[in-house]
Amino acid sequence: MAFLSYLISGISLGSIYAIIALGYTMVYGIAKMLNFAHGDVIMVGGYMAYMATTEFGWSPLPSTLFAMAVCTLLGVLIEQFAYKPLRRAPSLAVLITAIGVSYFLQNAALLLWSANPKSFTSVVPFGTLRLFDGRLIISGTAMFTIIICIVIIVGLSAIVHRTKVGKAMRAVSEDRDAAQLMGVSVNRTISTTFAIGSALAAIAGVLLSSAYPILMPTSGAMPGIKAFTAAVFGGIGSIPGAFLGGILLGIIEILGKAYISTQLSDAIVFAVLIIILLVKPTGLLGRKVLVKV
Amino acid sequence: MKKRAYMTLVVALMLCLALLASCTGTGTTPTTSGTAAKTDAPADTTKATETEKPEETDPPAESETETEAETTAAETTAPEETQGDLEAPIKIGGIGPLSGGAAVYGIAVANGAKIAVDEINALGGRQFELNFQDDEHDAEKSVNAYNVLKDWGMQVLVGTVTTTPGVAVSPEAFADRVFMLTPSASSPLVIEGKDNVFQMCFTDPNQGIASAQYISEKKLGEKVAIIYNNGDAYSSGIYEKFVSEADEADFEVVSTTTFTDETANDFSVQLTEAKNAGADLIFLPIYYQPASLILTQAKALDYAPAFFGVDGMDGILTVENFDTSLAEGVMLLTPFAADATDDLTVSFVEKYQKEYGEIPNQFAADAYDCVYAIYEALKDSEANAETSAEDLCTELIATFTSESFVFNGLTGDNMTWAASGEVAKSPKGMVIEDGAYVGMD
Repeated sequence: MAFLSYLISGISLGSIYAIIALGYTMVYGIAKMLNFAHGDVIMVGGYMAYMATTEFGWSPLPSTLFAMAVCTLLGVLIEQFAYKPLRRAPSLAVLITAIGVSYFLQNAALLLWSANPKSFTSVVPFGTLRLFDGRLIISGTAMFTIIICIVIIVGLSAIVHRTKVGKAMRAVSEDRDAAQLMGVSVNRTISTTFAIGSALAAIAGVLLSSAYPILMPTSGAMPGIKAFTAAVFGGIGSIPGAFLGGILLGIIEILGKAYISTQLSDAIVFAVLIIILLVKPTGLLGRKVLVKV
Repeated sequence: MKKRAYMTLVVALMLCLALLASCTGTGTTPTTSGTAAKTDAPADTTKATETEKPEETDPPAESETETEAETTAAETTAPEETQGDLEAPIKIGGIGPLSGGAAVYGIAVANGAKIAVDEINALGGRQFELNFQDDEHDAEKSVNAYNVLKDWGMQVLVGTVTTTPGVAVSPEAFADRVFMLTPSASSPLVIEGKDNVFQMCFTDPNQGIASAQYISEKKLGEKVAIIYNNGDAYSSGIYEKFVSEADEADFEVVSTTTFTDETANDFSVQLTEAKNAGADLIFLPIYYQPASLILTQAKALDYAPAFFGVDGMDGILTVENFDTSLAEGVMLLTPFAADATDDLTVSFVEKYQKEYGEIPNQFAADAYDCVYAIYEALKDSEANAETSAEDLCTELIATFTSESFVFNGLTGDNMTWAASGEVAKSPKGMVIEDGAYVGMD
């Protein structure tokens, strides 16, 4: 029974990693850049939802939508002002820019909301589930996170494979120049990707803050790095890979903590990552070329 | 193509510069003298509620750097400082986290110290000037802050607030012979082998021992679980002593689990383990942010043991929007009780509430005591603004370690200091009831 409850915590933590990892993986797949500011967009999403619920007194759903709207706008603005001018620049310059944006967001949050931690009120609509005479307890947050994660994966796959925008995304990801020659607007496609990625970041921010309700300007940094690991783990650029990588990372982290050592949980996670990368350098579901996103 | 490459370089360069600017910006924020801080602060604090306060530490970055030229000029004349008194103020430096995760402590210390300095200056006679620097709870930034203060002409150091920076700064203070009195950096590593570094708070070992004895004496729990941060000197220091003391105590340690700053999100494993081991009390020698997550997650797991914390737990009630019912019944050992009824505490709490809109925690009280201890120690001294830090250091060491020097403050009566720098005073047990600290005895 303990194993089952650990497994559920692992999947729930992994679902959050997966949603964040989707943002990394989409942007990487299409724009070929590592958007290190993604973790901080999550933090902004958390703060926006916090503001909406406490300052404006909105209920959870509009608050989340508000956070998504703000983050979408933020993502598009970041892309427009920080990354677009560097479209043809060496990837190192873009990477440094992304780190700069990350610092900018963290320090802006520090100015706006101060360093005092804020306690986030959970948006989860249902309570704790008790099974087998209370021997197995599943928190509402865990269930909610897992459900939302599945919905997002299904929705995103549908967008990428069934819509015209998705087709454009796949085309840009495969060959940017060829796509442009065929009449795909590369810039608009990349902006759309950032918009979707940032909206996902807002949802991840709300879920993350609901599960771990301490909100600080640095809240997004660590989950961002973990999710990046998850994206690499599953094969960066691949949507199912991000999902799988996220879930596995969460499970390994929790089970490692429970059965091996609480002290070594991170070491275990990264040891597994190294082994996977030695065996499959492109990650679990990453393919050497083609079909990204 | 080439033009683009240049553009890229320029943008990258600008970002780097912006980064640097933001780093140094926070580090050197209040470089300007205390006079500037003083003229700013009251305007801010009148409307400063809990939420706005930390901004006060950041926004002046711009305004102060702009006025830097004026203030350095003003410094030489120091107009409002003198207030008819002839003596130039002694320069007290302060270091602590005004931003970042541990900001609650640093801000409390800066506020508490400021109240003490203002009180002392209002008395006439000896004057103090306080310059408080941000270190973001980071060892490297703390040393930078220390160097900034040295350049400013600091004569005495009240700091650091937290342990890790303290371990880095104290050797510098030792080498430079600057008298250092830390309000709350509680590790023995801070004072070890340094004759000029003193503590106002208990050392970590003492907290561990006192906690174990307290739990045992009051029969607060029989089966104890411990969750501590093994990446943190403060937390593991307390943990080690607690465990060694627990052997002789009236309870049994049934579960010990750890976390690090990187894994301080999910505590379901640690809590499940404690629950399965049948622990009825969880000892949390950790800071309040992870502690608040532990409280939330324990509730989600339907697990309601007693929780016992140490001074790092202080601050949990200041988390914005925190559901204080979660902290109901949480016990902690701390030397300061804001609800005490002695005149000193009442007047301090009143002043603090008026200025900063919240109830002071023990860090504010520690800082207040630090400034007053230095004031008392200098009572019969000839020292003035011209005295070198080194001479002042020798003098203060002699006074603090002399048997006749007994200090009564907010955080204890009849405090004395050993030559090692350790303070002797007794802790008070507190419990959180209806969102406020209440003395247990």
